[in-house]
Amino acid sequence: MKRNRSGRLSAVVAAGVLALAACGNDPVASNTGNDQPTSGVTSDLSGELAAGGASSQEAAMQAWIAGFQEAHPDVTVSYDPIGSGGGRTQFLEGAYPFAGSDAVLDEEERQQSVERCGGSPAIHLPVYISPIAIVYNLEGVDDLQLSPSTIAKIFNRQITTWNDPAIAAENPGVDLPDLPISPVSRSDESGTTENFTEYLAAAAPEDWPHEPSGDWPVEGTQGAQGTSGVIQTVRGGQGTIGYADASQAGDLGTVKVKVGDEYVAYSAEAAAKVVDASPRVPGASQHDLAIELDRTTTEPGTYPIVLVSYVITCPSYDDVTEGQLVKEFLGYIASEEGQRRAADAAGSAPLSSEMTEQVQAAIEAIQVGSS
Amino acid sequence: MTTTQEQPILAETTPVSVHRGKPLTPPRRRRGDLIFFRTTAAAGTLILVILAAVAAFLLQQAWPAVQASPAELAERIHWFDEDQTLLGYVGPLAFGTLLASAIALTIATPVAVGVALFTSHYAPRPLAQAFGYVVDLLAAIPSVVYGLWGALWLMPRLHPIYVWLSENLGFLPLFEGPVANPPRTILTAGIILAVMILPIITAVSREVFLQTPKLLEEAALALGATRWEMIRMVVLPFGRSGVVGAAMLGLGRALGETMAVAMVLSPGFSYSLFLLKPGQQQTTAANIALQFPEATPTGVSVLVFTGLVLFVITLVVNMLARWAVSRAVGGAS
Repeated sequence: MKRNRSGRLSAVVAAGVLALAACGNDPVASNTGNDQPTSGVTSDLSGELAAGGASSQEAAMQAWIAGFQEAHPDVTVSYDPIGSGGGRTQFLEGAYPFAGSDAVLDEEERQQSVERCGGSPAIHLPVYISPIAIVYNLEGVDDLQLSPSTIAKIFNRQITTWNDPAIAAENPGVDLPDLPISPVSRSDESGTTENFTEYLAAAAPEDWPHEPSGDWPVEGTQGAQGTSGVIQTVRGGQGTIGYADASQAGDLGTVKVKVGDEYVAYSAEAAAKVVDASPRVPGASQHDLAIELDRTTTEPGTYPIVLVSYVITCPSYDDVTEGQLVKEFLGYIASEEGQRRAADAAGSAPLSSEMTEQVQAAIEAIQVGSS
Repeated sequence: MTTTQEQPILAETTPVSVHRGKPLTPPRRRRGDLIFFRTTAAAGTLILVILAAVAAFLLQQAWPAVQASPAELAERIHWFDEDQTLLGYVGPLAFGTLLASAIALTIATPVAVGVALFTSHYAPRPLAQAFGYVVDLLAAIPSVVYGLWGALWLMPRLHPIYVWLSENLGFLPLFEGPVANPPRTILTAGIILAVMILPIITAVSREVFLQTPKLLEEAALALGATRWEMIRMVVLPFGRSGVVGAAMLGLGRALGETMAVAMVLSPGFSYSLFLLKPGQQQTTAANIALQFPEATPTGVSVLVFTGLVLFVITLVVNMLARWAVSRAVGGAS
């Protein structure tokens, strides 16, 4: 029958086409902001700046690029969030004039940077401080306070129910249900995981025997992709607890972490405070602000679970245009307006005034052109 | 009245192009035949060439990983453990992929065959057509949407079912508790994969069942068989190799499904048969999606090697299935 035959053919073709069409998506890399000619703004700065690196800074970078391009309409800046490792590699190879990175350069990379920057090693400028909140979803429990040791045991699957005596001891008066705890981690490699495991290894070494790393070391826990995945997973179950960038915590309950003798909730000020309270990496030059976070600080009002992201830049640039653009852009990032924009857009903690001063001094000291 | 030779009476008609034992070949038909033959041969060769090119690309990209020693790999890739070999890394991934696909096929094939039979033999014509359109629509939904649907809508509803399974069938290692909350397990991924491959298997099976010779069907009915008995005696045996082919198409999609699994599964790295616990298994495609963005060149090489292993597994499974069917049906495929 004619109808049968054409129907059959079209059905097979349709099935084949539809089966091929429904494939996975491609992640789209974010790119340049848009040029917005603002009336009355004159700036003779022009050119292109193409950089990249840590994906944790992506939202903040987009805000900084938008703000900077408003002030300098003839400049195009782009940031490719290929990851801290990729950013450092590209910077050392000379493809990026500066890079965003969650981690400081290691010894080998530092040696390479001496060559790349024409004689002196590259410097680190902390520009993005993001508190990492420990979020949980437990009906009827609005306040939870935990010590680092308890947190480590929970995430290491040694404490398995919510009404465990260790948790109850730190939360007098709170009605904890007899529910199993489901720890949620990041299943992809992440700077958030690295900072969280660094905190656990420093603050509770007996209870957290794993090396700090960007890959979650404990088996048998829930894992999700990206910060949004973790938040969604924590929301989707009862008795879940996870760690994620604080800006995405939303209305989920967050844990107050024990610092010294008191329990501190996460906040922008508390996060910025711990950066101030931490020493610099030993052996760094005067303007190299690489910080060794003191996760065991007992300074009151500090929140030690933070992610500090740097901009890695050369202390001098031979190319005048490139150097000027880098100096102006980094100056904008470190300015009060820039930090405020990033805080609004990405939920980061603005740099404290002392840190801002130091960062701005370091940027001022960048030499442009051959001198 | 009679011809000079005794022509045997054949059951089928003799070909038109023969007259008195000599072939007729008009010139116009020969050229068209040649062009058509060449075009189809070219299309077939092109498919083989593309397949060979993909295999060659995978092999070339994976070669550095194959050549490097485990110590070198552990040094260059941070997610590669120190005391692990390349095959030791691929093993759990292949296991997880096969497990998820097995679950998906086990759930999807009976349902798809049922839908196809309903559409081809039970439903009235207008309903059958509408049904066909709706099932085909399922195939048009992007896998990301399936991932979102699974994570946001399906998972909360699966949790009570899993709890029931672990309480009543928990003595089987498959359904051992405690149940993951939220249930981001391989069983959930398998169920979502089953929904994704259902339209493919249904569409092809439906066409296969429609091809059953009406003569055989009517003969069975005339001998007193009920509709179900007729289907069992005539339609299913006739369509068996076609259904296997349809299942292989579905299996291909299930083996390679990336986004839906990555959004729904809490991954682990073990050869585990626990379907209800989190952090046990991982599939190859989801692993590649997870690790690729921040992978070093050596890491990319290792990931491509896992893809190559998946490629080989798909080939082997397909060949096994075809061989099994050809043995059962006796060469008709």
